[in-house]
Amino acid sequence: MTTVTRRPEAETLPAGPHRRRRPGRPRNLLTITLFLLPALALFLLLVVAPILVAMYASAFRWNGFGGLPTNFIGFDNFTRLFSSDIFYTDLTNLLLVITATLLIQLPFALGIAMLLHQRIRGRAFYRLVFFAPYVLSEVITGVLFSLILSPENGIANRILGPLGLESEWLSDPDSALWSLFLVMTWKYFGFHMMIYLAGRQNIPNELIEAAKIDGAAGWKVFRYVTLPLLGPTIRISVFLSVIYTIQLFDLVWILTEGGPAHASETLAVTMFTLGFERSQVGYASAISVVMFGLSLIFALGYQRLVMRRDLEGATTAMGGKR
Amino acid sequence: MKRTCALIAAAVLVAGCGGGQTATTEPGDGGSPGKVTLEWWHLSTSDPLKTIWETRAKEFQAANPHVTVKMTVLENEAYKSKLTTLTQSGKAPHVFATWGGGVLKQQIDAGLVKDISADVASELGTFTTAALAAYQFDGKTYALPTDIGMVGFWYNKKHFEKAGVTEPPKTWSGFLDTVKKLKTAGITPIALAGKEKWPGHYYWAYLSMRIAGLQAMHQAGVDHDFTKPEFIEAGRQLKALVDLQPFQRGFLGAGYSTPDGQSASVSNGKAAMELMGQWAPAVQNDSGKGLGKDLGFFPFPEVEGGKGVITEAFGGGGGMAVGADAPKEALDLVKFLTNTENHTKTVEAGGVLPVLKGEESAVKDENLKIVADSLANATGFQLYLDQAYPPAVGSEVNDSVAELIAGAKTPEQAAQDITEVAKSESE
Repeated sequence: MTTVTRRPEAETLPAGPHRRRRPGRPRNLLTITLFLLPALALFLLLVVAPILVAMYASAFRWNGFGGLPTNFIGFDNFTRLFSSDIFYTDLTNLLLVITATLLIQLPFALGIAMLLHQRIRGRAFYRLVFFAPYVLSEVITGVLFSLILSPENGIANRILGPLGLESEWLSDPDSALWSLFLVMTWKYFGFHMMIYLAGRQNIPNELIEAAKIDGAAGWKVFRYVTLPLLGPTIRISVFLSVIYTIQLFDLVWILTEGGPAHASETLAVTMFTLGFERSQVGYASAISVVMFGLSLIFALGYQRLVMRRDLEGATTAMGGKR
Repeated sequence: MKRTCALIAAAVLVAGCGGGQTATTEPGDGGSPGKVTLEWWHLSTSDPLKTIWETRAKEFQAANPHVTVKMTVLENEAYKSKLTTLTQSGKAPHVFATWGGGVLKQQIDAGLVKDISADVASELGTFTTAALAAYQFDGKTYALPTDIGMVGFWYNKKHFEKAGVTEPPKTWSGFLDTVKKLKTAGITPIALAGKEKWPGHYYWAYLSMRIAGLQAMHQAGVDHDFTKPEFIEAGRQLKALVDLQPFQRGFLGAGYSTPDGQSASVSNGKAAMELMGQWAPAVQNDSGKGLGKDLGFFPFPEVEGGKGVITEAFGGGGGMAVGADAPKEALDLVKFLTNTENHTKTVEAGGVLPVLKGEESAVKDENLKIVADSLANATGFQLYLDQAYPPAVGSEVNDSVAELIAGAKTPEQAAQDITEVAKSESE
């Protein structure tokens, strides 16, 4: 069955256009440079420069005041970070949230997307409703859920209380992270649902029909035709999820401020408290450098190992049809 | 350094110019310079102070037509974060609320705050010494106080009555008994905003003051050692309180002034008391129904065998500082807010407590009168720890105490962690 999926991809890898695109002559180079310059300047100023500044600051003991840092301490900030408990709590929380996202949130979004691809009544309405949370700002979502999940007056406990399913949600160190994950899922599954839907719509129905004619039933069609063809879409959605989780801040800050007792703290929350509450800007920069490193390693590794074929231009749909 | 010199020179110049015409600028006098916009940052988000500051700003604009006062009003935590962000970028608002202490010192060291000693020389004598203390360093003054107060227990008299407690406890063991009695009567004894951390640090700070004494608190700020047995004992006593489970349900995630937070719990009669500063009644009236006549105040009890006494107060005030690059009208605004007439009116409205000598009679509210009297008769004073010590140490106190209350740290670990940060900050 898998051959069905491979063949169209192989056909969409024409060698010709690749070679033609390469800039060969030097007079092109000038044009390219000219057109590139504005974007490049912005990129250097807004992306590369801050990264370099953070790296520079991370080697100093610095409270952020008064010009440039002067008290050089080498890698002390990193040594201190790697020996601090909170850093490992952050990493554990990161891994837990990523795992839960991959095992629960994304499959859930995929399931809903598959359902809403069927011709069911009110399909457009459901799509809209499920996508709506994504449009809300993180702060509004946070305030909304801190009211819903309030242990005393929250609507969640009022509904679940009679069923014996009460919880202290964000107020209990044991459940805070999972309550947070619940809110994240509520807010983001609609987004992933949307891209899965788009991905599904790119799969030509002929392939599904062909599989059915070959005798494949519902689950098998999904497993051997739909899912592999959704591969690039899923890979991109996993990529976005992981990068978002590494940088997770807004929702956590509004809902728990990382508490109780650091139970729901993330790297970005630690960075914020160190930099802006404790005025340890050098130390906070060290965390931001670690976050940057994590994102970079993940992004490069993932693109190289997992998304390689997607980036080379192979897509789900047959090239000739678009 | 050059910059600081220039600033001092500028400050002296401004003082020299201002000397002739002093504070009372006539409305609409022609000689005023071009339009000035004053950035004023403060954190009085609830009435009566919120409205009073707005009124003062309007009055000041009316008296100085060329001035526009632009107010930025933020809630406590947001205020601290935003001010830190701004000051780290090398700027300060023209006029901004400050608690003084370690945080103000850091801003002064960065050259962001104007030394107003010379400009306010004539006014300084009108303030009480206690009110000014937090804003003076090395004999120089950097802000004028608008408020001074102390932390104590605000309690619901009806709940205490119902639990059979006739008189507020004066000793720590008596306090623990009261908590037990309230629990037996089916009343949540204490409301606490666990999410925000700073309300929790009051307990540890007061227990440390009562057990280790004021001298030891000061000493710890100097030798950076919080592991002395007295501090650990303070942690143990706090743990003893926490073990009674006196707090409202879900307190670890509760905010202070949010609709289901610490203040609202007391205000709506759900919890019997809270340990809070002099602004507590104002915030209660804002966050819930308010207790009216049922609200009472008692100072933090004495711990048997401890070095501290019940008359020693923990708290702080609020003041208004002037940014280093602020136009001279900024200082006029600060003086305008704190002159006898205006400030006494603010005290009468119940917004703040007396900072000027002889202002005590202006306090109308029964409870605030108790606070003002306790303060006037205080035998010692300790500034909020998250303001008295450098920001990193203060934050670590808040953090460690929060974890102690959540059961994630032992009293020994908390003391150890605070010491570690204090030591590393002093290097």
